Amino acid sequence: MSEKTKNIVELDSEPVSPFAGAMREFRRNRLAVLGGVFIVVVVLAAIFAPVVTPYEFDYQNIQQNRMKPLTGYDISETQAERCHWYGTPLEWGCTVFLTGSDGLGRDLYSRMIYGTRVSLSVALVGSIIALSIGIVLGTISGFYGGRVDNIMMRIIDFLYAIPLLPIIILMQVYFQALGRQGINTGIGGRLISLNQQMGGLLFLFIAIGILNWIGMARLARGQVLSYKNKEFVEAAQSVGASDTRIIFKHLLPNIFGPLLILETLAIPGYIFLEAILSFIGLGVNPPIPSWGSMINEGYTGLRSNPHLTLAPGIALTLLTLAFNFFGDGLRDAFDPKLRGKV
Amino acid sequence: MTKFVIRRILVSIPVIFAIALVTFMMVHALPGGPFDTLGDRPMPQRVVEMMEARYGLNEPIANQFVAYIGNLLQGDLGVMYRNPSQNVNEIVNQTFPVSIQLGLLSVALGLVIGIPTGIIAALNHNSIIDNAATTLAVLGVSIPNLVLGPVLILVFGVYLDWFPIAFWGADPPFSFYFLPPLTSEFWTHAVMPVFAIGTGVSAAIARLTRAGLLEVLSEDYIRTARSKGLRERAVVVVHALKNSMIPVATLMGPLLAGAVTGSLVVELIFAINGMGRRFVSSVGQREYFLLTSLTLIYSLILIFGNIMVDIMYAWLDPRIRYD
Repeated sequence: MSEKTKNIVELDSEPVSPFAGAMREFRRNRLAVLGGVFIVVVVLAAIFAPVVTPYEFDYQNIQQNRMKPLTGYDISETQAERCHWYGTPLEWGCTVFLTGSDGLGRDLYSRMIYGTRVSLSVALVGSIIALSIGIVLGTISGFYGGRVDNIMMRIIDFLYAIPLLPIIILMQVYFQALGRQGINTGIGGRLISLNQQMGGLLFLFIAIGILNWIGMARLARGQVLSYKNKEFVEAAQSVGASDTRIIFKHLLPNIFGPLLILETLAIPGYIFLEAILSFIGLGVNPPIPSWGSMINEGYTGLRSNPHLTLAPGIALTLLTLAFNFFGDGLRDAFDPKLRGKV
Repeated sequence: MTKFVIRRILVSIPVIFAIALVTFMMVHALPGGPFDTLGDRPMPQRVVEMMEARYGLNEPIANQFVAYIGNLLQGDLGVMYRNPSQNVNEIVNQTFPVSIQLGLLSVALGLVIGIPTGIIAALNHNSIIDNAATTLAVLGVSIPNLVLGPVLILVFGVYLDWFPIAFWGADPPFSFYFLPPLTSEFWTHAVMPVFAIGTGVSAAIARLTRAGLLEVLSEDYIRTARSKGLRERAVVVVHALKNSMIPVATLMGPLLAGAVTGSLVVELIFAINGMGRRFVSSVGQREYFLLTSLTLIYSLILIFGNIMVDIMYAWLDPRIRYD
């Protein structure tokens, strides 16, 4: 739509609040809406995984391994009873492999759906960690300036020179070796047992969260700097508001939205990182499915069974695509100034 | 400018030292050691002790670190425990040029595809071409190379059988350390891995170029240039392009560094004997020197990339002065 027609549309319509205007702008972006809907669907699939899959992710049916997608499937009565859909109108799903089966005869579709849990929890926890550490450090650094800022920025410059992937790989190796040693005492022991209960997710969260807040801290600092000298902050200071009040009442509400939107665009990075770690074998503990480890299991037999790699690969691509479209749409609608910053 | 570069390099020295320290500590903190196993069986305790004494691994970690730094300053990256016939220098000389070639070729591909696409999209703002380009670019940044690699292998390696599906087409030493040889074997092998990394790079560059050019085209001096009757081509090429390249230039360093460090996955998928693959394969064997040295090289690449950014900045935007 050209600049002219856009103005006419806006003149014709009722006055709208900035938020409603942004929402309208967002809804107009079909790909972004599609991305948002897809994310919601994936979240629902992750939550209701036991309902929307025929089998448990670790249920093996060795006789029927490496089945091609959409092939029928002969199962005995006892095997049929392991199927969640047995005895429901969806019973046909028990005897059809939607996306085939893997080398151990596990239903690939069920594993893909359960795999969303790992990807989404990494996305969620990764962004929560990045947002909380990044905003706290960035706000302090930007607001107080001076020596605090200097030290903080030196530290961040140092962290920028750290090669992320090799360091995270070393950390994961360290955590996994600790896990195998089985320490049972103290905080370490408690963390290790908690990690075991979470199937290795805890250490994955730590590894992913530990360095990914750097970019967010920089962005938060920049945002604070741009608001710090605005009139409303000056006004608050002149009526004697404390620093805490200014930060929480005046600065954070202004900077949180844009940072949240930018964080949406960082989520694909976390999902990639988890997939890479799982691909190397440093992700969640087997048999818990993760798309990265499924690609790893599949790609050695790429020639004869491409579906083992393609199914999780397409899922991974679609999810990151959805987050990118959704995040781009949010940013363009709510804060076009942020374009090109991430 | 020279002063600035020299200062940046000097400031990096403590950073490199700190990274060496952190990595060295981390690697040594890994439970187990390089001599834990002999084949599949555990190594006898006495042999482990003997081997550790031989390589100085029984000394206090601080002494080991000082010795390591001393050796580093003399250009000695250390020994390989499990494979004493090679040292880390040799392994770096084998793998580093390959990774650099892969990274440089990917970034070159990214520039060759990304910049023209971004310019065309920006000049046809809000047209079908623009929409197609931006959508494709999002697709490009969304496909992980973990997925793109196998897909390329499947389509161009297995079904079409155009390119070899694994290995790098040449072994070091290369001329000038990393210059790619002009053999067809090298280039056919390089196509798929380079595209696996370069697709994401070109998409990122295309997005940045487009955004940068759009922003510059709305500046006042562009209006001035147009109103004094310059041809559109002169406006774009002479006035707009150079300034619109600033965001791209700022990303070049991180992109190059990302392409080299991120080549890890692609090296694994295509069985390329680069640094990333070597790194992953020696983590399990606790090759302390190799792990620390490779991490150090990665951070040197990152630091180099960041310094390059500042130099490019000053070159492209004369208003920026580092004094």
